[in-house]
Amino acid sequence: MAETLLFNALRDAIDEEMAKDPTVCVFGEDVGQYGGSYKVTKDLYEKYGELRVLDTPIAENSFTGMAVGAAMTGLRPIVEGMNMGFLLLAFNQISNNMGMLRYTSGGNYTIPTVVRGPGGVGRQLGAEHSQRLEAYFHAVPGIKIVAVSTPTNAKGLMKAAIRDNNPVLFFEHVLLYNLSEEIPEGDYICALDQADVVREGNDVTILTYSRMRHHCIKAVQQLEAEGVDVELIDLISLKPFDMDTISRSIRKTHRVIVVEECMKTGGIGAELIALITEHCFDDLDARPLRLSSQDIPTPYNGALENLTIIQPSQIVDAARRLKAGTL
Amino acid sequence: MTQEIAVPARPEATPVSSPLSSHSERLASLYTAGPTAVSRDDGLILYRDMTLGRRFEDKCAEMYYRGKMFGFVHLYNGQEAVSTGVIKAMRAQHDWFCSTYRDHVHALSCGVPAREVMSELFGKATGCSKGRGGSMHLFSKEHHLLGGYAFIGEGIPVALGAAFTSRYKRDAMGDASSDSVTAAFFGDGTCNNGQFFECLNMAALWKLPILFVVENNKWAIGMAHDRATSDPEIWRKAAAFGMAGEEVDGMDVLAVRAAAQRAVERARAGEGPTLLECLTYRFRGHSLADPDELRSEAEKEFWAQRDPIKALAGHLTAHGLASAEELKAIEKEIDAEVADAVSFALAAPEPDPAELTRYIWAED
Ligand SMILES: Cc1ncc(C[n+]2csc(CCOP(=O)(O)OP(=O)(O)O)c2C)c(N)n1
Ligand SMILES: [Mg+2]
Repeated sequence: MAETLLFNALRDAIDEEMAKDPTVCVFGEDVGQYGGSYKVTKDLYEKYGELRVLDTPIAENSFTGMAVGAAMTGLRPIVEGMNMGFLLLAFNQISNNMGMLRYTSGGNYTIPTVVRGPGGVGRQLGAEHSQRLEAYFHAVPGIKIVAVSTPTNAKGLMKAAIRDNNPVLFFEHVLLYNLSEEIPEGDYICALDQADVVREGNDVTILTYSRMRHHCIKAVQQLEAEGVDVELIDLISLKPFDMDTISRSIRKTHRVIVVEECMKTGGIGAELIALITEHCFDDLDARPLRLSSQDIPTPYNGALENLTIIQPSQIVDAARRLKAGTL
Repeated sequence: MTQEIAVPARPEATPVSSPLSSHSERLASLYTAGPTAVSRDDGLILYRDMTLGRRFEDKCAEMYYRGKMFGFVHLYNGQEAVSTGVIKAMRAQHDWFCSTYRDHVHALSCGVPAREVMSELFGKATGCSKGRGGSMHLFSKEHHLLGGYAFIGEGIPVALGAAFTSRYKRDAMGDASSDSVTAAFFGDGTCNNGQFFECLNMAALWKLPILFVVENNKWAIGMAHDRATSDPEIWRKAAAFGMAGEEVDGMDVLAVRAAAQRAVERARAGEGPTLLECLTYRFRGHSLADPDELRSEAEKEFWAQRDPIKALAGHLTAHGLASAEELKAIEKEIDAEVADAVSFALAAPEPDPAELTRYIWAED
């Protein structure tokens, strides 16, 4: 075990996979000489050269499309969105080409690509740099979506994503890169489709992902002191959802809250609760709850920004009332 | 549009638009570089391929009106010299090819069997995309067809990726035999899209082995090229990216082939990309659903006179490379091949409904 920062865990995963497989390469803005805007590809340019760690011009739709063509002809590109929000410009390539092409080609081609980068609401970055594209991309067929939340799962999931033969949208979070913890040494992977049961409990199931995992952990500590026994699950896989783990938990607790950073309308929770209603209706003792960001562009002002996203106190309050039946 | 905009006089400025903005004028003043001689064998290969393209498409129109194929169907009649001239100048199942929604003939030139293309258009399980793709999404990995792409411009980056792989395998993976070249086909209207410019830049920057083949047929559905593009001479845009650019008579298969050969040679030698603008014309409407009301009869007649298949037939017979009877015999063979494709596709099974969700994931 070694104490590792999250961005270094990602870097180590990419480094180890590039060392093992010469077809693995990185495309993106400032990924090479500059080392990545969050240093996820630091020093890889020196180690692997300018073709394998390719500094691209600022042309998101074209370099994302280029990754598709490279993947169709035998490479395994990792595309970095300098900020995931910029990949709105590559929506067409992610949807029509990465997501749909294998199907429309009747299985002629596979598209082993990873699209990764910082997402989520940071600290006063303004609306455009504070997007939660996981919700926008959720309907695209043929792509897997994961969100990492700790150095341990960041490394294991990155390695799994690179080895997967399907396109994977890989969400990191701007505020988690400097998170540090002891992670296992060397080669290990985490399954792309498995949720992580962070804490077992009997009263209420909380489903969350990415940075909200840490807000939930804070809330759970306080709830524990109050005698509310929470089962906390980090979804990890946003598409497909790990419905086995989720259903098992709800059969035990009969109550569920989804805590998410994306906006409420058309969000991850919207789809998740629809599925829970379909799969677990008879197990529920109370209506499912959604704690989501406001349906507004994220404001710059710090106080307003805090009001836009969910805070730990709101999670405590919701879980408390859900258990007490006073909603 | 009627308002006059006063432009301050700038004596030092060079004229923005070329005097040769009209398609036909450009064609008349084309400089044809290099010899365009062809051997008998090659000439017959070209003739066969163009004839297949033409007659296949005529059959598509018939089948569409008979209700055998559906959706948007874009035919290629008139433009055959571009597909044939470029693809036959490249190496089958070695080089890579990328098309648009107007992709049937590119697929045939790549070697995808007519049976597989017709089956795909009929939505059958035997189609090259297993009935999942349709007219605008023909794919064949076996024949290095990267695909038909239905959205404007999106195939260009994909083609760039294939060209990148070729260079990557050689220079980053040490495979000295990696010398494949990619041809990306797209229209004049597509050259106003950002992906065109972005990819020209990257291809020149990294000296990628790619041909950007513009099929300038003068129209983008109902938008005349001159109304959409500030400088209609597309090939000149190559200069802005420091790459080779060439314009060619897209109705002359030998000229197209010669230009493509020069570009392929440069690309294989590591000298990077070429922008090749082929001046051509489609003999039918934009798609089979297009009433084709905007193009003048005079314009259509001008281009009908330049039918690329008749032109090649004239060349072959005039130079004693083939007799009219031989060419007739080829046409008969092609008619039989197309008829066979139709009966094969009619008899072919529909996709299995139990496999509706197959091919989403790499594992199935
Ligand atoms: C992104 C996008 N916008 C619009 C269309 C609709 N559309 C299909 S073909 C076409 C015209 C394209 O003209 P051109 O590039 O000259 O090719 P041509 O059809 O003449 O071969 C348009 C606007 C589309 N398919 N994709
Ligand atoms: Mg056109």
